[in-house]
Amino acid sequence: MNIIVVGLNHNKASVEVREKFAFDSEKLPNALKHLKESKISTENVILSTCNRVEMYASVKNLDTDVEKIIHFLSDFHNVPQQALDDSLVIYQGPEAVRHIFRVASGLDSVVLGEPQILGQLKDAYGISLQHKSTSTLLNRLMKKTFSVAKRTRTETGIGKGAVNISFAAVELAKKIFEDLSGKSFMLMGAGEMAELAARHLIGNGVEDVTITNRTLARAEELAQEFGGKVIPFENFMEELLHLDIAICSTGAPNYILRKEQLHTIMKERKQKPMFIFDISVPRNIDPEINDLDNVYLYDVDDLKDVADANAEERGREADKAEKIVEAEVQSFLKWQNSLVATPTIVAIREKAEEIRKEELDKTLRKLGPLEEDKIKAIEYLSSSIMNKLIHPPTAALKSVEEDREIMIDMANRLFKLETEENNGKKK
Amino acid sequence: MQIETNILLFEIALTLYFLSTITGVIEIFRSKKGASKAAIYLAALGFIFHTGNIFVRYVQGGHIPVTNMHEAASFFSWCMLILFFFHEFRYRLGLLSSFIMPIVFLIMFSSAIFPREINEFLSPALQSYWFGVHVILAFLGDAAFAMAGGIGVMYLLQERYVKSKHLGGLFQKLPSLQVLDEINYHLITLGFPLLTLAMITGVIWANSAWGTYWRWDPKEVWSLITWLIYALVLHLRLTVGWRGKKAAILSIVGFIVVIFAFFGVTLILKTKHVFP
Repeated sequence: MNIIVVGLNHNKASVEVREKFAFDSEKLPNALKHLKESKISTENVILSTCNRVEMYASVKNLDTDVEKIIHFLSDFHNVPQQALDDSLVIYQGPEAVRHIFRVASGLDSVVLGEPQILGQLKDAYGISLQHKSTSTLLNRLMKKTFSVAKRTRTETGIGKGAVNISFAAVELAKKIFEDLSGKSFMLMGAGEMAELAARHLIGNGVEDVTITNRTLARAEELAQEFGGKVIPFENFMEELLHLDIAICSTGAPNYILRKEQLHTIMKERKQKPMFIFDISVPRNIDPEINDLDNVYLYDVDDLKDVADANAEERGREADKAEKIVEAEVQSFLKWQNSLVATPTIVAIREKAEEIRKEELDKTLRKLGPLEEDKIKAIEYLSSSIMNKLIHPPTAALKSVEEDREIMIDMANRLFKLETEENNGKKK
Repeated sequence: MQIETNILLFEIALTLYFLSTITGVIEIFRSKKGASKAAIYLAALGFIFHTGNIFVRYVQGGHIPVTNMHEAASFFSWCMLILFFFHEFRYRLGLLSSFIMPIVFLIMFSSAIFPREINEFLSPALQSYWFGVHVILAFLGDAAFAMAGGIGVMYLLQERYVKSKHLGGLFQKLPSLQVLDEINYHLITLGFPLLTLAMITGVIWANSAWGTYWRWDPKEVWSLITWLIYALVLHLRLTVGWRGKKAAILSIVGFIVVIFAFFGVTLILKTKHVFP
């Protein structure tokens, strides 16, 4: 049995290609059913996300079965196979295992260390389990994959630190206020990034939302979406007396809030801490405001620097994660290798047992009626001879030596065995 | 024999606090988590031996063991640990052990320097009901101020990360500014009434022992200075909102004064104030 990965991902395939081959929740069970019934591959997990369509399978014959899976991909989606030509990734053996471990750990993700992929893989595996599309090998592999992903995330910092601006803003707010629930928040102005950051803040529990904009219609619209109240733009100074977090993204050509103004406001609000996030370009908030006690002002570049620094740190941590993955790949291969010898060992035992029974019956028949304890003694004699004879070869097969492949081959020939593994192997 | 037992217990506790401190400091420089837990276990184990030491000395001396510098410093760090464990389990503050255990260890270490004899015969002035009440209040108050000082250092560090916009280093591990500020405030609101009550009981006790309420003894003067500082901290916080950075700095200043009133007054200035 060989583990293979056949698929498309963001590294090589464009979104135009990926979307053609995506398996949605309706198609996925059908695909698994088809693969199983047509015996293309014995075990299957299909991971279909916006960045990747990957099939993890165990196949008997590497050369022909990979071809069959590629055919299946094109047939199932009704897309000519040429579309796949330059985009497909194919891994087998150690590379396949490594790839799956890396994917689950977020090492192969667009955003390094992002956590969603692990959940998506768990879901994909869940669907395969539901349709009984996996067995010993993939079950073991998936279990191992999840534990590897857990290890890389807990033992390294690949998932730590927000790597985009709006998440960085939320993370920062949490380091200032701890718990965002019940905190009040004002969005000044509008704009894609401001709205995204607002959405993240609200998603993290910010409750009291105020929106202000020079065009009231847009403010009303956003207030509807965020469940907040609208105030006229001229009144925003009053709001500053009690709010905790402000995002500023107006199109004003100059500073709308100066240090002296906020200094007075801070006195009036008895220095209650305030986090201001100025997304506007040109900036709308006097940068010197950051010098005031208990006021924390970040502009776009500041947060971008934070996100970049986090991304860099994740990159450094990724090296550690790769080392963990490599060690785990080796340990998995070791287990898989021990699996290869098992059919041979079983076959040797079966064959020996068969011979023993045959000869025992013959002898007992020749000897005629015997006392029970004598029959037991003869039986014991035969089985102990047999066990002692087959012990060294089976022990040798179990050991992880470099020449194991040769040994398995030799054992098959010496004992004239016909194992599944033997049949499947191409000479 | 019994003297040896209490010294043995003390040495074990001191060693465990040292190990806990080292582990806590290692936690600061490690990217992985987990050393923090070890630091807490080591501290807890040390605390058990430490409690044993105090108990043995209590039985031996027949009074709360705070009648010389060795006992007083040891009792001080013991009170700090009680507050440390309470905050650790209540709030699970990141890196708390890394910042508090060094203070605990240093106070405990200073205790190790002083002579360790047990005073079996107390002066009549100390044989009073007020003695026990006064010292427990005073030591818990001092412990709360010491904790507040440690938390203040954590606040200043975290504040520097946020203000400078370089969110590396300990930024991720340190608690949020709000939590640090709140706990700093809680500790001072705990320490202040304790100190106030300690001073009131001290004054009453002084009157019953010496027939005078206040003698301008250096210990009394420095207790008053400490009390005024923390009164100011609370006053400024409640009226003009001196919180955050300013409160953190004040609580560190207050802590330094507490330490001076504790060690300095006895060692440098002449005081009649028998320890406590």
